[in-house]
Amino acid sequence: MEVNEVFEKVKTLFEEELGIDSEKINMDAKLEEDLEIDSLGIVEVVMAFEDEFEIEIDDEELTDVGTVGQAVNLLHSKL
Amino acid sequence: MTKQRVVVTGLGTINPLGNNVIDTWNNLTSGVSGIDHITLFDASDLPVTFAGEVKNFDANEYMGKQNARKLDRSGHLSIFAAEEAIQDAGFDLSKPLGEDFGIVFGTGIGGIGATEDAVRVYDERGSTRISPLAITQLMPNSSTGQVAIKYGIQGPSLTITTACAASANAIGEAKRMIEQNIVDKVLVGGTESGTTSMTIGAFAQIKALSKQNDEPQKACKPFDKNRDGFVMAEGSTVLILESESSAKDRDAKIYGYISGYGSSTDAYHITAPSEGGVGALRAMEQAISNADISKEKIDYINAHGTSTPANDLNETLAIKSLMNDYAYEVNISSTKSMTGHLLGGGGAFEAMASLLSMKNSLIPPTINLNDSDEDCDLNYTANHSIEKNIDHAMSNSFGFGGHNAVLIFSKQ
Repeated sequence: MEVNEVFEKVKTLFEEELGIDSEKINMDAKLEEDLEIDSLGIVEVVMAFEDEFEIEIDDEELTDVGTVGQAVNLLHSKL
Repeated sequence: MTKQRVVVTGLGTINPLGNNVIDTWNNLTSGVSGIDHITLFDASDLPVTFAGEVKNFDANEYMGKQNARKLDRSGHLSIFAAEEAIQDAGFDLSKPLGEDFGIVFGTGIGGIGATEDAVRVYDERGSTRISPLAITQLMPNSSTGQVAIKYGIQGPSLTITTACAASANAIGEAKRMIEQNIVDKVLVGGTESGTTSMTIGAFAQIKALSKQNDEPQKACKPFDKNRDGFVMAEGSTVLILESESSAKDRDAKIYGYISGYGSSTDAYHITAPSEGGVGALRAMEQAISNADISKEKIDYINAHGTSTPANDLNETLAIKSLMNDYAYEVNISSTKSMTGHLLGGGGAFEAMASLLSMKNSLIPPTINLNDSDEDCDLNYTANHSIEKNIDHAMSNSFGFGGHNAVLIFSKQ
């Protein structure tokens, strides 16, 4: 799967599952500040990623994930 | 320091009769039933297929999907009702209410719908798929915390869970906070949204619910000979309580005074009322004593009046023990005949109904009261509202657990 395909899936998931305004979602968007995903929301996001991409994500892998782009790259590396 | 008198300066509500105070009051005094077939989920497998649901409310539309999905339906209703009450009391919604404001909410079963959903997910997909939002949706203090966050309430907070007496206790405890000068304004709410499959099923198992599935609007008939149980309902009602001096300083509109509060426990049975309603009687006596009036000054009693055989009989007996001959004169009504039983939200709703009755000199009826029960032979204001000057009104709320809370409202 290409990076842009992963991004599109992530965008759809954020929009449909979490109710986030699609206009705000781009590779540079910060999860906390721009998309208002708090610490509980991050857990939800990870669960949604795991279901959508049929992968498992460890907590340690999330340490450097602060933007949509970093999340997309993490997912891409695991596919 | 002198004891403060407590007034109500704002009201807000969302319930089976309306999504604001005015619509609710108009329906209440016109004898309209808010009860109907269940639409929120498929209830066809349940022994009871009707309830008092909130209508025409879409939480996603109201607060946006990203916010709405963080809350149980009980939280949505609380935030909605609080908005109306805060505005009604003349506060600016764009500014935090701050440290001078306390918050007390009453609920019977909190986010029970979220609990049911989380258990289903756990059973089907295991613990790692339970929503991280489950705990904050289901905890009984969820509405208290979410309303405080939304409107910036930073004073003391409490959540009271005395079943169907919860929000009457909430009002009473908030009254004490103001009287004791702990804080001079308190947002008090009562919320419930237990019209869910497991909860209705469970209440049906204890034979508490009416099973008149064919005629939902006629099922709730407090004090009628053919009453067969209560009707589950959902909703939220919020009142702004304030010290008289605070309200007068800012020229606020005053609905009335909260002049009396009584609270007692049956210590008898977990669901059945104590024989002769002696526990309820003690709470009524305390409230009247606290209001410092004579019993004959009470012009209207908003009864607990659930439509269960046991409640309505024992409440009637308690009122007779309290008032003797005057019991046959005083106007009593059960607004639950129209709303259904709002459980932990009932006390706040019925406080609102009592205050509006007093303000408008109009007593809402007990609807569906057609066949009189020889043991329930008081003046229940059957089927039609009546005009009457009310100087003092009393509202009864009794809960599973044997909790009794009684409030008295006064015009002056």
